[in-house]
Amino acid sequence: MDRTLAFISIGAVTLILSGYAMPQWAVFLTTVSLCYGTVVLGMILLVRTGLVSFGHGLYFCLGAYAAGTLKPFFGLSELVFMLIAAILVTTITSFALGFLLRKYRDIFFAMLSLAFSMILYGLLSKSTELGSTDGFNVTAETAFGIALSELEYGRYLIFVITVGTSWLCCTLLHLYLLSNKGKLAEAIRDNELRVEYLGASVNNIIHINYVISAVLAGLGGALMSISIGHIDPEMSYWTTSGEFVFITIMSGSSSVIAPFLGAAVFTSIRSFAYEYSPDTWQLLLGVTMLVIIVFLPEGLWSLFSKIKKKGSP
Amino acid sequence: MTAVLRTKNLLKNFGAVKAADNLNITLESDTTVGLIGSNGAGKTTFLNMVTGYLTPDHGTIYFENENITGKSPRDITRRGVYRSFQIPQVFNTMTVKENLEISVSIGMNQPNYTKHIDETVNNESSIIKNSLQKFKLEEYQEKVASQLPEGTRKLLDISMALVMKPKLLLLDEPTSGVSAEEKFNIMDMVMNAVRSEKIAVLFVEHDMEIIKRYTDRTLAFFNGRVIADGLTNEVLNQENVIENILGSSI
Repeated sequence: MDRTLAFISIGAVTLILSGYAMPQWAVFLTTVSLCYGTVVLGMILLVRTGLVSFGHGLYFCLGAYAAGTLKPFFGLSELVFMLIAAILVTTITSFALGFLLRKYRDIFFAMLSLAFSMILYGLLSKSTELGSTDGFNVTAETAFGIALSELEYGRYLIFVITVGTSWLCCTLLHLYLLSNKGKLAEAIRDNELRVEYLGASVNNIIHINYVISAVLAGLGGALMSISIGHIDPEMSYWTTSGEFVFITIMSGSSSVIAPFLGAAVFTSIRSFAYEYSPDTWQLLLGVTMLVIIVFLPEGLWSLFSKIKKKGSP
Repeated sequence: MTAVLRTKNLLKNFGAVKAADNLNITLESDTTVGLIGSNGAGKTTFLNMVTGYLTPDHGTIYFENENITGKSPRDITRRGVYRSFQIPQVFNTMTVKENLEISVSIGMNQPNYTKHIDETVNNESSIIKNSLQKFKLEEYQEKVASQLPEGTRKLLDISMALVMKPKLLLLDEPTSGVSAEEKFNIMDMVMNAVRSEKIAVLFVEHDMEIIKRYTDRTLAFFNGRVIADGLTNEVLNQENVIENILGSSI
């Protein structure tokens, strides 16, 4: 069996089992890490294709709003439908925007994606129907038809679904990266001209990868909105997208597990730094990034590769 | 022999410079043709037009009697026209084997290539193995492409095109940047591989020793025009070729 898949599955089962006994704050931190990790999964797919998006807050926010608006506009508060809505909205939007974005590379791709996320931020901030800058509360009343409020462990069930969704995304992305098409991401990063002259479409692959990464960001956003119970336009603000880039650089892109490790480190440092040093928590994050760039330029995951290399004869 | 490639009145200008001026060229299957010319004669422009990198201002390109003028490099490649480059275009961060695996995975699975790469590679392992053997790349197979000597990079570039089973192979200066000792070895390997597969080959070359040794027919370009086309020995002794391209007779 594939070792990565085995590790992901063992990790997911361990989280589900331990989540039952974990204190509430730890469950919350883990949930946030899983949501961020799911978004960053999509970011590493883009990084492997040679692209960095400074605007994935767009899909994070769209996913959250797609899930959150089901109740006020359609009277639906089933968790599964909320996730499906997030997938549909982010797929359609990214598919449409992909036609433009796939023509751009490097800083132009990054800034154009940022521009779209800020357009959404502007629209949501001015929309009184959607709570303007305050946003609104989101509640998933049922999950698979089971009423969450009546359930003693309703919050735990949401945690389990978050773990399950992250596991599924991680597994599917891992399999995709090992497929013929997935492998082309790295080939494109290396040499687009050669890929075209071998007969594959660079633009199509970039488009597909962009849509996949957007859907992952949307799912992350939807899960976040359900877990936290509140959404606001800040989810589309450039600082949110910046956090995703931060975690992506911190994680490294060599494994699908890396984003979850990076997200866990990021949310832990942020939470504890905010708790114990509320005025300087950004400074601590900056120092962390500096240390990682200097000592682990390929991200936290490269630490494991280095240990593995040292261990081999 | 049937014509694999036929161009009709091809024209391409870059501002005031005529890079292709009324080119009418026919290439038959299973032939090896050399393309010579001084710098700026339009050799690479011709290759770029045939492979879709450039669109001619006027004229038509037929590949196996199908009009391929203005089609994208990808579309033309899928029809069986492959090329190598003057500066080798390989995947620099990947190993030699991975470079070939990527080529095979694209080539063997058109248009649907969503299978697991290991499955494809296992199915086509003999192609990769043969290619590594033919081009003596076995000892380098686990080496990253960016660390290879220039001659080996050239071979990798050409072998990536050859694993795609081309009908027409266009080589842009296959021995440029390669030492004098290496060039015949490289060309021997390439031509052996090409002849065993009965592929039509057109290669651009500045080295007349290579042209004389490996081609039956030679095209000579000057200022975007064909000034000579015929048997290699005859073309290389033609007065206008000596005057405009060679400088002295060989």
